[in-house]
Amino acid sequence: MKKNTWVNLGFQVGALVLALLITTLILVAAGAPPLKAYLSILSGAFGSTRNVVAVLITWSPLLLTTAGVLITFAAGLWNIGMEGQMTLGAIFATGMLRLFEHAALPPALIIILGILAGILGGAIWAALAGALKTFGGVNEIFGGLGLNFVATALTIYLVFGPWKRPGVGSMSGTQPFDQALWLPTLPGTELSIWSLVISVLVIALVYLLLRGTHFGLRLKAVGKNSKAAFLMGVPTWQYSMFAFLLCGAFAGLAGGIQVMGIYHRLLPNISNGYGFLGLLVAMLINYQALWAAPIAFLFAALNTGSVQLQIIYKLDSSFAGVLQDLLVLLVLLGEGARQRFIKKN
Amino acid sequence: MNVELKDIYKTFGAVRANVAINLTIPAGTIQGILGENGAGKSTLMKILSGFFRADKGQILLEGQPVIIQSPADAIKHGIGMLHQDPLDFPPMRVIDDFILGRKGNLPMGQAEAVQDFKKLAEQFSFSLDPETYVDSLTVGERQQLEILRLIWLGARVLIFDEPTTGISAAQKEKLFAALRLLASQGKAVLFVSHKLEDVEGLCSSVAVLRQGVLVGEAKPPYVTKQLVEMMFGKAISVGARNPCGVEKEIVSLSKLSVEDYRLKVRDVSLTVHCGEVIGLAGMEGSGQGLFLRAVGGMTRTVGGKILIDGRDLTGRSYQTFKAHDVAFLPAARLEEGLVPGLNLTEHFILAEEPKGFFINWEKGRLLAQRRISEFNVRGTPANTVESLSGGNQQRALLALLREQLDLLLLEHPTRGLDIESTIYIWSKLKLRCKQGMSIFFVSSDLEEILQYSDRVMVFFSGKVTPPIEAATLTTEKLGELIGGKGWPTKPGEQVSESTSGKGA
Repeated sequence: MKKNTWVNLGFQVGALVLALLITTLILVAAGAPPLKAYLSILSGAFGSTRNVVAVLITWSPLLLTTAGVLITFAAGLWNIGMEGQMTLGAIFATGMLRLFEHAALPPALIIILGILAGILGGAIWAALAGALKTFGGVNEIFGGLGLNFVATALTIYLVFGPWKRPGVGSMSGTQPFDQALWLPTLPGTELSIWSLVISVLVIALVYLLLRGTHFGLRLKAVGKNSKAAFLMGVPTWQYSMFAFLLCGAFAGLAGGIQVMGIYHRLLPNISNGYGFLGLLVAMLINYQALWAAPIAFLFAALNTGSVQLQIIYKLDSSFAGVLQDLLVLLVLLGEGARQRFIKKN
Repeated sequence: MNVELKDIYKTFGAVRANVAINLTIPAGTIQGILGENGAGKSTLMKILSGFFRADKGQILLEGQPVIIQSPADAIKHGIGMLHQDPLDFPPMRVIDDFILGRKGNLPMGQAEAVQDFKKLAEQFSFSLDPETYVDSLTVGERQQLEILRLIWLGARVLIFDEPTTGISAAQKEKLFAALRLLASQGKAVLFVSHKLEDVEGLCSSVAVLRQGVLVGEAKPPYVTKQLVEMMFGKAISVGARNPCGVEKEIVSLSKLSVEDYRLKVRDVSLTVHCGEVIGLAGMEGSGQGLFLRAVGGMTRTVGGKILIDGRDLTGRSYQTFKAHDVAFLPAARLEEGLVPGLNLTEHFILAEEPKGFFINWEKGRLLAQRRISEFNVRGTPANTVESLSGGNQQRALLALLREQLDLLLLEHPTRGLDIESTIYIWSKLKLRCKQGMSIFFVSSDLEEILQYSDRVMVFFSGKVTPPIEAATLTTEKLGELIGGKGWPTKPGEQVSESTSGKGA
């Protein structure tokens, strides 16, 4: 046991070092001094209060999508469609706010309605992917991916069509909401305490669900061996569907928060890749909800910090993505190598 | 072509599939290969046809040693095999399938191939349309296509693996005529089967395999009794039974019918009392598995009624059956029965009716602990199921059963287990029978069927005997029935103890 722990740690550290090494090579190839580049990522993420706030703003939706995908992964499902589910959440939230913008309701109530609408939108989109899988035999990867494209098209249609700004539609999105309908933020920043609190609560909820409840255990049984789970009396397809619904609800919530807390309008690409990034975080933490918060934070910091690189060294903004993807890839490879190593010994 | 197998060995892990097999098949003969499931027949044939490499041993063709590394290699040497499930391409046209295995680039026009095809088909009096699609053919016609294809490719040794499964009587006649024709043309034909009647009617020589060893060869006229003895081993003594004293009906089937794409099981009627054990015997895939799953609500029935404890559950789902205290234990323990990656405690929690929202881990662990020691599972509550040995996995599955059960359906309850585990598991099962649980179990182990059943039903190609008192059965009689002998020829005639002396 003791020895295994050290072996595990060794492989994980090895993967990390290798990822950094390859990134360094890429930096050198791109003509940027590696050490300075890494330092500027650090200062870009933590150099000032403003930067830390920016990291937290990224952290919140990422935590939500990670939480969602942990549920579907537990059920043995690859929910690639979180981008679309997030987008639908944003669309539903925007629709709800537009509906009641001029109604004589207390703003707080409208905000809550908007958030609920976001949750509903995401859940509906996920239910579609789930129904395609359960009743139509369409693999959830293809279903989810297809629905992502549909969601993008729907956003563009709305932004340039029925919901376009007075005058002419533009990529910068719909007409911003009345300021009373914005999620309250910390003074002088775009950081909403509410969104942060909700995200942390959700990931804690998922941790509890998967660790200590009958629901979570049965979900895992379905994910690991649905035939055996069925024979043990677990209604398998209902559990798969529910996992989709829950994941979609979290993604939709993230979409709603993006609209109401940060952009205050609907704009194309509102999901901003958080759906895919959530998948990466979940894989990197080996589907253990306990590690979701710190690793999502690390990813958020990398994303925020590397904005600096673009400005200082004229590196492409996708650099953070390269580092993150390498990390996930090498940790997964390291895990495979570790299992072989253990088998051999 | 003369074929000679010399000292062939093949093991898969701990399983010795072929041990020191020596066999000579002269050209122009039909050699029967007989044996029960898992006797090593298919392995031997797959070695000859290049699917497997032997661990040790030699293959000689016309006295010359050859090395066969792949099926393509085999066909180059003139060896072709017809698999139990024809290896063809259902979405393609017959003629395309026919041409496909041909070497070289576009060797000839399609017209020529069609001509060859028609000529060959005529020779064997097969009526196959080269333009139809393979998926519209019956299993028998697909076999015919395979035969033609292999001959066209130059096969001089033809292997048939259980070719009479799933084809009609008329097609069987045609197939046998074709096989005789092949032999008369000087080809060597290997006919693998577990059906005594087919082998006896067709083969010029029979080799019998049991547990990987060639136990004997026979020439006509065949003595059925002798073949059965070679296939299944010597007759065994039958252990003490546990007759059921209580008069409560647990299961009542009336004219139950089930079918899948190759088998139809028709009109099975049966009443089972509590504590009774019904053994379902037969070669794998004869319908007993289908029947067992139907009784548990896992296969849709096409006719008849299932009453469990007096309630009509016909057409209901497995979940409903389960709610009425029926349980099913699959043969594939790790694939269907247990959840790899979860530990024993988690399994015990899953198997019980969930109480409340949160798991009481302490209670679960105690439950696991208690059942583990009660069922003598070598493991701890924290062990994942895949880390247990096969015997311990089976004990764990039994331990997972709920306390309240009326009917237990078992698939091969002791397959792959050592004697100690087998005895232990049956002692636990019998104990539950005493408490009133009934059992249906499928097994290909005759000893197990005879030793533990109160009544036995034998399946053969979807046909079923009425339940036979196990006390009146012998290994020999059972072996004959499993091999398709001693069945009533006229509809309605009963198989019973009155016919059991026939083979003696």
